[in-house]
Amino acid sequence: MAEKKLDKKPDKKKSQSDTLRKVFRCLGKYRIFVVFSILLAAVSVALTLYIPKLTGYAVDHIVGPGQVDLPGALKVMLQIGVCTLVTALAQWLMNVCNNKMTYQVVQDIRNEAFRKIEILPLRYIDGHPYGEVVSRVIADVDQFADGLLMGFTQLFTGIATIIGTFGFMLSVNVKITFVVVLITPVSFFVANFIAKRTFTMFRQQSEIRGEQTGLIDEMIGSQKVVQTFGMGEKVTEEFDRVNEKLGKAYLRATFFSSITNPATRFVNSLVYTGVGITGAFAVVNGSLTVGQLSSFLSYANQYTKPFNEISGVVTEFQNAVACAQRIFDLIEEEPQKPEAPDAVELKDVRGNVKVQDVSFSYVPGQRLIRDFNLEVKPGQRIAIVGPTGCGKTTLINLLMRFYDVDAGSIKVEGIDIRDLTRRSLRAGYGMVLQDTWLKTGTIRDNITMGRPDATEEEVIAAAKASHIHSFIRRLPKGYDTWITEDGGGLSQGQKQLLCIARVMLCRPPMLILDEATSSIDTRTELKIQAAFAELMEGRTTFIVAHRLSTIREADVILVMKDGQIIEQGDHESLLAKGGFYKHLYESQWSQAAG
Amino acid sequence: MRSLLIYLKDYKKETILAPLFKMLEASFELFVPLVMAAVIDVGIAGRDKPYIVKMCLVLIALGIIGLVCSITAQYFSAKAAAGFGTGVRHALFKHIQSFTFTEMDTVGSSTLITRMTSDINQAQSGVNLVLRLFLRSPFIVFGAMAMAFTVDVKAAMIFVVVIPLLSVIVFGIMLITMPLYRKVQSNLDSVLLTTRENLAGARVIRAFNKEPDERKRFERENQALTDAQKFVGRISGLMNPLTYIIVNGGIIALIYAGALRVQAGDLTQGEVVALINYMSQILVELVKLANLIITVTKAVACGNRIENVLKITPEMENGKKQCDPVRISSGKGSCPAVEFSHVSLTYKDAAAESLTDLTFRVERGQTVGIIGGTGAGKSSLVNLIPRFYDATAGQVKVFGEEIKEYDVESLRSRIGVVLQKAVLFKGTIEENLRWGNENATKEELEEALKISQAKEFVDTKPGGMGFRIEQGGRNLSGGQKQRLTIARALVRRPDILILDDSASALDFATDAALRGAIRGMGDELTVFIVSQRAASIQYADLILVLEDGKIAGTGTHAELLDTCPAYQEIYYSQFPKEVASNG
Repeated sequence: MAEKKLDKKPDKKKSQSDTLRKVFRCLGKYRIFVVFSILLAAVSVALTLYIPKLTGYAVDHIVGPGQVDLPGALKVMLQIGVCTLVTALAQWLMNVCNNKMTYQVVQDIRNEAFRKIEILPLRYIDGHPYGEVVSRVIADVDQFADGLLMGFTQLFTGIATIIGTFGFMLSVNVKITFVVVLITPVSFFVANFIAKRTFTMFRQQSEIRGEQTGLIDEMIGSQKVVQTFGMGEKVTEEFDRVNEKLGKAYLRATFFSSITNPATRFVNSLVYTGVGITGAFAVVNGSLTVGQLSSFLSYANQYTKPFNEISGVVTEFQNAVACAQRIFDLIEEEPQKPEAPDAVELKDVRGNVKVQDVSFSYVPGQRLIRDFNLEVKPGQRIAIVGPTGCGKTTLINLLMRFYDVDAGSIKVEGIDIRDLTRRSLRAGYGMVLQDTWLKTGTIRDNITMGRPDATEEEVIAAAKASHIHSFIRRLPKGYDTWITEDGGGLSQGQKQLLCIARVMLCRPPMLILDEATSSIDTRTELKIQAAFAELMEGRTTFIVAHRLSTIREADVILVMKDGQIIEQGDHESLLAKGGFYKHLYESQWSQAAG
Repeated sequence: MRSLLIYLKDYKKETILAPLFKMLEASFELFVPLVMAAVIDVGIAGRDKPYIVKMCLVLIALGIIGLVCSITAQYFSAKAAAGFGTGVRHALFKHIQSFTFTEMDTVGSSTLITRMTSDINQAQSGVNLVLRLFLRSPFIVFGAMAMAFTVDVKAAMIFVVVIPLLSVIVFGIMLITMPLYRKVQSNLDSVLLTTRENLAGARVIRAFNKEPDERKRFERENQALTDAQKFVGRISGLMNPLTYIIVNGGIIALIYAGALRVQAGDLTQGEVVALINYMSQILVELVKLANLIITVTKAVACGNRIENVLKITPEMENGKKQCDPVRISSGKGSCPAVEFSHVSLTYKDAAAESLTDLTFRVERGQTVGIIGGTGAGKSSLVNLIPRFYDATAGQVKVFGEEIKEYDVESLRSRIGVVLQKAVLFKGTIEENLRWGNENATKEELEEALKISQAKEFVDTKPGGMGFRIEQGGRNLSGGQKQRLTIARALVRRPDILILDDSASALDFATDAALRGAIRGMGDELTVFIVSQRAASIQYADLILVLEDGKIAGTGTHAELLDTCPAYQEIYYSQFPKEVASNG
């Protein structure tokens, strides 16, 4: 993490242009649409601008009573009609193009991000809050899409409009054009001036808002505790204090920023007046017609508008680039080590596992496991014990190759697991974790996760063995009951039973049970013990548990403390040794004795 | 949304003045084409340069008046919106504080947090926009039509045709796209869910080699999202081209009508220009309005969600009596600390009873152990004592008085509850402990830390009791958090202490020391210990064995071990027979 921050820092500008380049690369596939979009923007802008000119011609055909050239006006009207239809069509097609490429690019990016998530090392996933990664894939990509779409639709047309209007105005009258060109940028400056001044106000507002959200999150999230201590009023007082502050900050930021519109509108009205006065004089002098003046007036309006819009687009676009950068950071994150092309499929697993001189650490320099050796024969039961947080799960991370060892090797059936395909290695293990995780779907989907082709009888048998069948049967939809994110309505114990059923169904050659029954009450545990015993029969099993009673029957007990394996042996020999295991063991039984 | 508008009542003046000034600004804007028409018809036709200058000064004056009016309007609307947001936020927060456990269970805190934050923000900007702009657009559209009528009634009839046509298109497209946008949102939700699942379940997904399936699922969902987005984009992309066609059609019609009427002498050239200008103004406003309407509909939807929360009223009725055990108790044994008679509890919207017909009596100073399997109703039982829930049948008495008679605050002030989930708040350890009792002395805090076995680790923290706990207690271990929540409950010097499985993260030795220290707190303290560990409750004066919400046995450890099969099963599952007999 620390290193990553370092290499992000240097040269913000460079990384921004870097990001832009990547955005363009993503667009590359759709360059035909970009070209179309620009062409259509040019067409629609040109015609949009041409129409006021036509309107001006038309007005010149109707000077006064008796001076009306109806056929001439009709001809112009027909032209206006055709232009309008073509413009509308071009606008719509441009919208469709922009939509298509924006959403297509976004889809590509999301797919790529997700593909990356699937191959990210667990180290990354464990080290980043899920919310942060999710917000990159969802919120940042959305923001990026908005910016991109807005950029396409408004930037192209905006620039085209400015250039086009300028050209048209020049074609009508050079002098008045200069009046417009000279005054217009003023509105741009005014808008910029206000935006700069209000920026700090907005930052302040969002800081206070953040403070308030934190407070809300804490106090509403733990409302039951607040209520238990009768602190409602006091908490509300504190909330009100922040709330008042927020109200004031909101007023300031909102008011001052909302001056932008009236101010630029005022500048625009100055432009309008300027055109009016110089134009009127020009008409009096005979260098301009009334119709031309009329079209000029509407050009003046159109010329100023894109300036305001573009300044909005620029901020939006900057924001979008920042978001894009966060997504690209994720996409370019180093993936887990790819499998060697000659990686072997693990076949005929009997349960030989050999751990040789293994060293490992999560943080470089802070060695956790050192020179660890272990040889497991088929069917042996390995128990891992130790106080909470001693790194028992680390071993599982290494066995399943969620993390790679730093030194030494782990061999299954004599083959280094780094030479095996991840798929076949993991298929060799059945895993029940303390942290029960269920996917959104039906209960059946969850049980058959390891064996989608299992028959109904097999599913029921597995559920029965896990003592969850009768519970499932009582649910209104039985095995088709839909469970939501993270198990929803199920209790922790029931979730754990489902996870056990999942493994009972696929019966892999080796087992990893990480506190597999920690949330199940001891009586139910006793009941599924039999099924477990049958399952473990002849299978190499790694068990992590608090309860020493479950561990006594293990062939090898690994005693861990502070990430180190400090003792190794069976129950009797460890007790005889009188070390840490004995201490652990006695602290449990001294309870029973009093 | 409507009932929320009362939070604008302190800002009546602002709420009325903001749109008013906005309309003033708009009306001045509507004069501009008229002035221009005068410039053309009078100034240019009469070659009257001073008149032209004069009229242009009028234009600038109109601009300045418009600027002043609109800044005033912005101020008033920002002020009203700020007041509205602050008011609603306060009301909602206070309202949520009045919720009981039942309401919190049914609504869920994550929903409430979204309502408090993003929903209110949306509604607030909605109010601001409506006050500022929403009234302006219709006013300009209809104002432009009215002005057209002052110019020429016959030509103005074109406006009468064009405006309804435009409304049909604008509102029609909105009506069609709104449900489509909702669909996009729900598609996005499923993409989000899959992403989240693949992070939270990374180990399981990889262990079962499910990555290819998940990738396919994500790509399918992502495709559906893209399709929905493109579809709605195509439809809403029709809005501008269609309105453009209609407005330009209107302009063509105006030119045609103008040509005929100018020929007949009913209209001047300048007036035709003015009419065309009015038509163009409508186009500009429509585009603005269309952008606005989406924001406003969103704001209304958010407002409705806030309203729904405000409509929930807590069902619990508060009693009047003060709970004062010193006064109530005269002589031990005369009135039991807690007494249940035929108590049953059914949670709201639950199909079955969680507790059924419980009857027991706990004397002052007793320690009660409550044990049973997952979902046996242990927590439900203790939650009835501080009246977190009301029993659906039977009576719960505390210190001889039915708890419904007590003022809830005063009842709870006598009870120290440590909930299953250890929750601490951002702030120092001391601030957290003072939740139990604001006026506790330093010595009392120290004492509580000592009893809860927390002193030893608090002393090693930098700053001791001044150590800052991060949000959610992230910088403490599970066991440390549990000990501090116990200390917090002890600071209150309660008469009844409830420990709801709150020592689960402690090792056996610490757990035993904790229980010993609590015992040493005096004869008057009644303690309830909920646990799955037989060892934790074995020395209690009274043990309640729960099974499926019913009492399966009451008595002391020795009695139950003899008579209660459920207790035997639990006990021997944790202490296998041969060893237990050794110890």
